[in-house]
Amino acid sequence: MRRYAPKDNVQAKPYYTDRFWVAPQVPRSAVGDDEVFAADLAAIKAKFEVAEAYIQVEQMVVYIKPEDNYGVLELLRDELGYTQLSEVSAIDWLADKGQFEVFYQMLSMTKRKRLRVKMFIGETEAVNSVEKLFRSADWSEREMYDMFGIKLNNHPYPKRILMPDDWEGWPLRKTYPLQGDEFAAWYEVDKIFGKEARDIIGPELRDPAEVNRYDTKRFARLGHEVPYGADLSEGETKTDLDYQEEGGVFLIEKLHEEKSVVIDDRDR
Amino acid sequence: MQQTNRLRPFFENITFERDDNELVLNFGPQHPSAHGQLRLMLHLQQEQIVKAHPDVGYLHRGMEKMAENMIYNEFMPTTDRMDYIASSSNNYGFALAVEKLIGLEVPRRAKVIRMMLLEVNRLMSHLFWLATTALDIGAMTVFLYAFREREYLMDLVEDYCGARLTHAAIRIGGVPLDIPDNFLGDLKKFLDKLPQNIKDYEDLLDQNRIWKMRMENVGVIPTEMALSWGCTGPMLRASGVQWDIRKEEPYELYDEVDFDIPWSDKGDNYARYKVYMAEMRESAKILYQTIDMYEETVKNNQTELMAHAPQYISAPKLDIMTQNYALMQHFVLVTQGMRPPVGEVYVPTESPKGELGYFIHSQGGAYPYRLKLRAPSFWHTGILTDLLPGHYIPDVVSIIGTTNIVFGEVDR
Repeated sequence: MRRYAPKDNVQAKPYYTDRFWVAPQVPRSAVGDDEVFAADLAAIKAKFEVAEAYIQVEQMVVYIKPEDNYGVLELLRDELGYTQLSEVSAIDWLADKGQFEVFYQMLSMTKRKRLRVKMFIGETEAVNSVEKLFRSADWSEREMYDMFGIKLNNHPYPKRILMPDDWEGWPLRKTYPLQGDEFAAWYEVDKIFGKEARDIIGPELRDPAEVNRYDTKRFARLGHEVPYGADLSEGETKTDLDYQEEGGVFLIEKLHEEKSVVIDDRDR
Repeated sequence: MQQTNRLRPFFENITFERDDNELVLNFGPQHPSAHGQLRLMLHLQQEQIVKAHPDVGYLHRGMEKMAENMIYNEFMPTTDRMDYIASSSNNYGFALAVEKLIGLEVPRRAKVIRMMLLEVNRLMSHLFWLATTALDIGAMTVFLYAFREREYLMDLVEDYCGARLTHAAIRIGGVPLDIPDNFLGDLKKFLDKLPQNIKDYEDLLDQNRIWKMRMENVGVIPTEMALSWGCTGPMLRASGVQWDIRKEEPYELYDEVDFDIPWSDKGDNYARYKVYMAEMRESAKILYQTIDMYEETVKNNQTELMAHAPQYISAPKLDIMTQNYALMQHFVLVTQGMRPPVGEVYVPTESPKGELGYFIHSQGGAYPYRLKLRAPSFWHTGILTDLLPGHYIPDVVSIIGTTNIVFGEVDR
């Protein structure tokens, strides 16, 4: 029987994990340990609901409600001095919780502090764009939409950015395989030659490490070379190629140092 | 909707023929001064740009996806392919992020070697920038001179790790090799000549009438715009913000070396050019100091190159070959990979282009659950949307030049 493979997360998994192994945790500390962060958190809490907050690896992480994202970032920018939005992206938790975790990485140059604002949204929910506050969000939110399919409210140009406009599927979701899906395998064939050429060309090979020893038309075969396009179904044919190891023509019989040129001066 | 086929490709329904005076110009992706794979849709009124749409993604290889399917050490050579002009700085950013996640302390000699590599990479990148930008604007001589100097640096890196472009010269937990015997001497020889070389470039460019006309008051980025667009590195410093992560949030031994942050409040192409030139001098200053620091580690007999953390980092080769347990651990680390603790980390470093950040979310597995690459060039390309309107077609080339974008990094 074929082994059951879950479809909700098709990314690589370790083939062996010790059953007594317990993953250690990156230490977290309370926000109160840092005066600056404590003040920032108090300011956020005064206006918005904060689900959780802690400090991990010198940066504060604040969980907010998804509908507050614009307000919180506005507060951070205008009143708390977090003038740069370094990064916006998401983490896919659809398999476990049916949600995305969206994060905003902020930087305050006056305080020399970085914090991360996070929120959970459902698969079909839309995120309010913060492009009006930070122009950088224009592109990072587009990338988030492109990679995860997270919809955006009030975004000026909600189009794909890295993938082609007519691409189907969301590449960074855990359900999306590394080599691409059915659509990806036919995308270029359909686009360049048309759907009618599918039978002639076949799907695109999207695994760069793929080696097929019966395929004599693509790349090189492992083992012995055969003429281009030779049919191997009846076994290999004898080729004209001779190998030095098998008593063929010797290219270099022996290296004579006195006869060879040694390049030791590179400025020659 | 247009019927697309081989002869009539799909142009996203852009109407090139229009009734008004506006002309739509498709710039790139195969354009010599598009610095790789940038495609710009420019809407023109006569020669003036009224709207610009940078289109990226032609070099997208899905590195974040690849990272989720690779063990941590396996991903290291892939980071080379981001900013391939200064690949050690990408290696370093990733190594530092994983080290922060694990909580590793790297031996001092490894830190010194890393700093040397980082600054050599910065010089390589800035020389490359100068060469290509000057070439775009027509200063062929500078291109040849700057590439000559860059070649010395590439040889230097080749002496260290055997590669010229994609170095993979840094490991999680330290560096794989000590520097070769001739390295310090060659580096010094290069550094002694560098000020004269930089002066040569400046003599050719600084007062050059064409250079000044193409650079001065062209592509002015006001401070607010630079901040809002998430600009970092020389792009931000040329726009009046004195912010360098090496100085403000020091990593490695940058708090022990003495260097200045060059900056300008003009924000135009010329200001960025001056910042790059000044940064090269600062890098040389740092490199001189790292040479002394290295000699100090030799004197103090600090020979360790990799951190000692058997759970995460393989033992030195000698131990692996002589001790059974070290060999077993090495085997597990190579076949299964290290498993960092559960948690997440965002680590910014100052790459030659700007803030290069690695966000890693680990679930305690051998593969990162999520890895986000924050590459500075991405936003430096995005800013063209707001920067180009109002400029003329020839300015496009000089502005793209001074933004110093590398498409391996934009598209990842």
